[in-house]
Amino acid sequence: MAVKPKADTAVGEILKLAIMAVGGQGGGVLTSWIETLARSQGYDAQATSVAGVSQRTGATIYYLEMTPSTGQQPVFALAPSGGDVDVLIAAEMMEVGRSIMRGFVTPDKTTLIGSTHRQLAVSEKSIPGDGIADADEVRAAAEVAAQRLILADMDRLAVEQGSVISASLFGALAGSGALPFTRAAFEDAIRAGGKGVEASLRAFDAGFKTADQGPNALARAPVADGPKIIGPKAKMRDWAALLEQVKALPEPVQMMAETGLRKVVDFQDVAYGAGYLAAVSRVQSADSASQDWLLTNEAAKYIANAMAYDDVIKVADLKTRASRHARIRQEMGAGDDQLIQLTEFFHPRAEEIAGLMPAKMGAKWEASERRMARLDRWFGKGRRLRTDSLRAFLMLHVLGGLKGYRLRTRRHSVEVAHCEKWMQACLEMAAQDYALAVELVRNRRLIKGYSDTHARGLSKFDRVMAAAHLLEGREDAAQWMARLREAALQDPAGKALEGAIATVESFV
Amino acid sequence: MAERSFKAEVEHLRKGDGDVFTGEGILAITKALLENGVGYVGGYQGAPISHLMDVLSDAEELMGELGVRFEANASEAAAAAMLAASVHYPIRGAVTFKGPVGVNVASDALANLCSSGVTGGALIIVGEDYGEGSSIMQERSHGFAMKSQFWMLDPRPNLPSITKAVKDGFELSEASNTPVMLMVRIRSCHVTGSFETSDNVPPPLTMKQAIAAPQSDFQRVVLPPWSYVHEQQKVKERWPAAEKFIVENNLNEVMGPQGAKMGIVLQGGMYNGVIRALQRLGLADVFGKTDVPLYVLNVTYPLVREEFDAFCDGKDHILVVEEGQPEHIEQHLGSFLYKAGAKLKLYGKDVLPMAGEYTGQVMLDGMTAFLKKAAPDMLPGQVRAPNRDTPAIPDLSKVVPIRPPGFCTGCPERPIFAGMKLVEEELGKHQITGDIGCHLFGSLPPFEIGGATMGYGLGPAANGAFDGGGERRAISMLGDGGFWHNGLSSSIGNMVYNKSDNVVVIVDNYYSAATGGQDLLSSRAQSDTKNTGNPIQDALKGVGVKWIRTIDHTYDVAKVRDTVREALTTDFKGPKVIVASSECMLNKQRREKPLRAKAIKEGRRVDVPRFGVDADICTGDHACIRLSGCPSLSLKRLDDPLRDDPIAHIDQTCVGCGNCGEVADAAVLCPSFYRADVVHNPGGLERWWAGKRAGIIGWLQKRRDDNRLRLSDAITVAAPEGARAAPLPPMGALK
Repeated sequence: MAVKPKADTAVGEILKLAIMAVGGQGGGVLTSWIETLARSQGYDAQATSVAGVSQRTGATIYYLEMTPSTGQQPVFALAPSGGDVDVLIAAEMMEVGRSIMRGFVTPDKTTLIGSTHRQLAVSEKSIPGDGIADADEVRAAAEVAAQRLILADMDRLAVEQGSVISASLFGALAGSGALPFTRAAFEDAIRAGGKGVEASLRAFDAGFKTADQGPNALARAPVADGPKIIGPKAKMRDWAALLEQVKALPEPVQMMAETGLRKVVDFQDVAYGAGYLAAVSRVQSADSASQDWLLTNEAAKYIANAMAYDDVIKVADLKTRASRHARIRQEMGAGDDQLIQLTEFFHPRAEEIAGLMPAKMGAKWEASERRMARLDRWFGKGRRLRTDSLRAFLMLHVLGGLKGYRLRTRRHSVEVAHCEKWMQACLEMAAQDYALAVELVRNRRLIKGYSDTHARGLSKFDRVMAAAHLLEGREDAAQWMARLREAALQDPAGKALEGAIATVESFV
Repeated sequence: MAERSFKAEVEHLRKGDGDVFTGEGILAITKALLENGVGYVGGYQGAPISHLMDVLSDAEELMGELGVRFEANASEAAAAAMLAASVHYPIRGAVTFKGPVGVNVASDALANLCSSGVTGGALIIVGEDYGEGSSIMQERSHGFAMKSQFWMLDPRPNLPSITKAVKDGFELSEASNTPVMLMVRIRSCHVTGSFETSDNVPPPLTMKQAIAAPQSDFQRVVLPPWSYVHEQQKVKERWPAAEKFIVENNLNEVMGPQGAKMGIVLQGGMYNGVIRALQRLGLADVFGKTDVPLYVLNVTYPLVREEFDAFCDGKDHILVVEEGQPEHIEQHLGSFLYKAGAKLKLYGKDVLPMAGEYTGQVMLDGMTAFLKKAAPDMLPGQVRAPNRDTPAIPDLSKVVPIRPPGFCTGCPERPIFAGMKLVEEELGKHQITGDIGCHLFGSLPPFEIGGATMGYGLGPAANGAFDGGGERRAISMLGDGGFWHNGLSSSIGNMVYNKSDNVVVIVDNYYSAATGGQDLLSSRAQSDTKNTGNPIQDALKGVGVKWIRTIDHTYDVAKVRDTVREALTTDFKGPKVIVASSECMLNKQRREKPLRAKAIKEGRRVDVPRFGVDADICTGDHACIRLSGCPSLSLKRLDDPLRDDPIAHIDQTCVGCGNCGEVADAAVLCPSFYRADVVHNPGGLERWWAGKRAGIIGWLQKRRDDNRLRLSDAITVAAPEGARAAPLPPMGALK
């Protein structure tokens, strides 16, 4: 059993700071700043670390103790103890969580300074669905555990100043007032370090203000709304007419329908958008206000995704847009006097080439293994295209301009047939089991990726959809369908899905 | 070139009488070696003493001035063997490596050394890699001292005590003709503090002088009948001499009040933890003045019975604080007590845990449990009867993901495992053994390629049982560090000898990278003091390997895939060895970044590559991440209600290694990756032509846009507090 120590013992004279970081974040720099600071202010100080893990993206702890110098050597501990840490600095949100889990943050004494930004663990980012850990739970725990809590995106504060997180955290430590030293003394410690001093001081200032005045001290203008449809005047009139149709839809559906409409119009044209709205209306007629139009809303989302499928034409179009070039320049931080060279990585397969053929011809080629093998020989190899060069740009520009032809391609006919089958299944189910129908619509989420990944997604989609007949008539059919879909998103090979389907089969 | 340079700090090693040294434990140890007239030093790197090797290496010039010989040994066994110089010559020598794995490797040489005995002081500085942050099996080095009869120092973890232990160690070694192991725990190696220095002392007899007057004595050779004599000498002469020295020089310390009815016996390395627990219980002050008597074992082997008996005299309860298992010291002290017919109660691994690190909480709980039995009146009231509930803190164990170390951004080993993963998808799972080194991270997600690892350079040897062949060839991983440490003979040579039909992938990143980037025989770096640039391929040919494939750019995933496939499917009988070479990115960045920054500043044309993902083309299936795991390739959530899953995103820490593009291509993933090369200081002609091209492209883009409806721009990124990819600072930028 954990023992609650006496608060006012001799140990209270020693200030204890722990830094929990992810390797490579500069925890060592922050530690040496604090150590330098303490010694410069007439304190005895000791720091410890575990080198090795620190460079290689693992979680790591730095630990410091300090007490005013008396000439006699104090006895410092080498590692933090649960319940006995005055200041805990965590350089990432899940490290905030880890520090709480390990008992280093306690309500009676700990000032917790944490960065809310995320550096995702491999386990979070490698699953096919959404495996990102819940930062809100960590925040809630931090509010209970800490005596004083300073949480902000310290990483952004630093990066905006051209610096790294150690500087903004050091600023936040100064601003928190947890150490009995002046701001100037902190800044001198940075100067003594001698590297990147100006940028570090700016990030220090940002961290200081955030701790001192709260995270809103450096509030920024709210980000503008999502993308809008723009284009020539004549076509904008057609667009406005489509928007009028959206207004005729039930109110809860309008937002999603408008977003979906934008996506399909961007993908093809106004006429295609009208087709999208017709499909949404078709679902609406099987839906009712009593369910708050949930089925229609979900359909508005997934029909848009289904109609704006990822074909060669779409990719070529997106890769050659003017807005993309501007965006990349900005992301790469390229100045006006710098040039940008862009290399795209394409690896077309026979399927993509056949998909680009006129529908009948494409079907014929796809049916013949020999012909597909020939296509693979001709086209199927990795290509690196320099889209800043005229040749490659022109090729993609021409491909991206094939929208007029797209609706006659093999790929389009396959997508239309697939979409129709799916909608049919959903609409039929809507009459019997509304909730299950909603889940069938949502299953569309499983189709994503390109080539093999896409094929795997399709097969998972088919398996999950096929499970509907097993579940039909059960009261909890919808919940089970949702569970199957979640299982399908757990791993790429579909092992979790197999297990879940086996479970379903066992009780029917 | 090591990961961390100590060139600046090494200047502090020149301090003399009355100066104060402030810095890290490992530097303090080096300083103490020089102050004590050491004649030769060596060792093999590995946490936590890698930096000690780096310091020694960086201090080579200073040591040269003093006439101290520095040898970067090939292995721990080689390092221990080097102490043979102190057998016949009165020269002090020190070597360093990690425990217990390094001690395992060194044990043969250590056993011989102990049998022969030493004339000059022989010190083995072992960094004990036990507890948090360790990457090896959790064992103790203590047993080696007991079996070979060398002495073990475990000083209190502060700079004055550690540096004093160096001096004591040499003297104890000479007084008892026995090698001495100085154990420093992982956090002691990196603990900072100060101590008073004295002048460096050149060795009274240098190695050069010694070799000019060779000495030998067949009685010191481990051969019968003298090996039997040596064993008798160990227990009849050297052991008593050691005990005498320990007692007369007060190497162990007794602290606290006399006459108390209980006390604590502890390893020196546990001192700060014990004091902290007592401080928290109100039984010690900031400076270590304690109400509980302590017997601090700065020497943990041999245990001196008369000291222990004196400490126990008049006491009813004794606690032994001894980290790790088994409880050698507790057993030993228990036998002392039993034989003396003592009645006092001995505590140890009953109130403290048998296994695991003695953290602050463990110490506090153990100390409290002991005192509740031994002296309940001394405990503060709150401990005896806790009356306040602490607020319940939500359980986060299901939320917070584990974060084991992994490949760095741009690591050249990542694409090797990506290529192997692709082969695995084609040909199925294979029997694989790993080795020691960064490449062992390949056995973790997302790759999960690898099985058991048996020791440094032993990857292929660990597949020896499979060398008889079968339907599917076995694969062994081996790093360049492991190759030169032990792998060439134990693993590769014997595959040739036993006509193995299996496959070895040698991951050659130009350095002993996992231990901190030290140079090796095959390093490409030019070195003034070492002979580098000796290709692994030549060594392979030399031991008779016929099938060798070289990949000189590991980022070529397709080539890795094809080469591994070839090795697994070729008709060739005999060992097949692939040498996959690309420079460790951490070291490369450290070397190239300053040069690049300088070139840009000077106006020279520099091309800086980085990868990106087109958010509107990525569908969020994360297949790319499952073939990468790169820290700079992460996820972000989009502010788009049509999307359910976060999409791939590359942050500004990307070093443009090329893995993303190669994987997208070789695995036929998706077209969302692009590489952007920012050209700094482009030439005039280049600029003019780029302008022309941009003009034409812009005209085409405008013409199309004038004729269609489109979205104003791609999706914006969600609020920063969401799952934005974390921008790590560029590797090496912080050091």
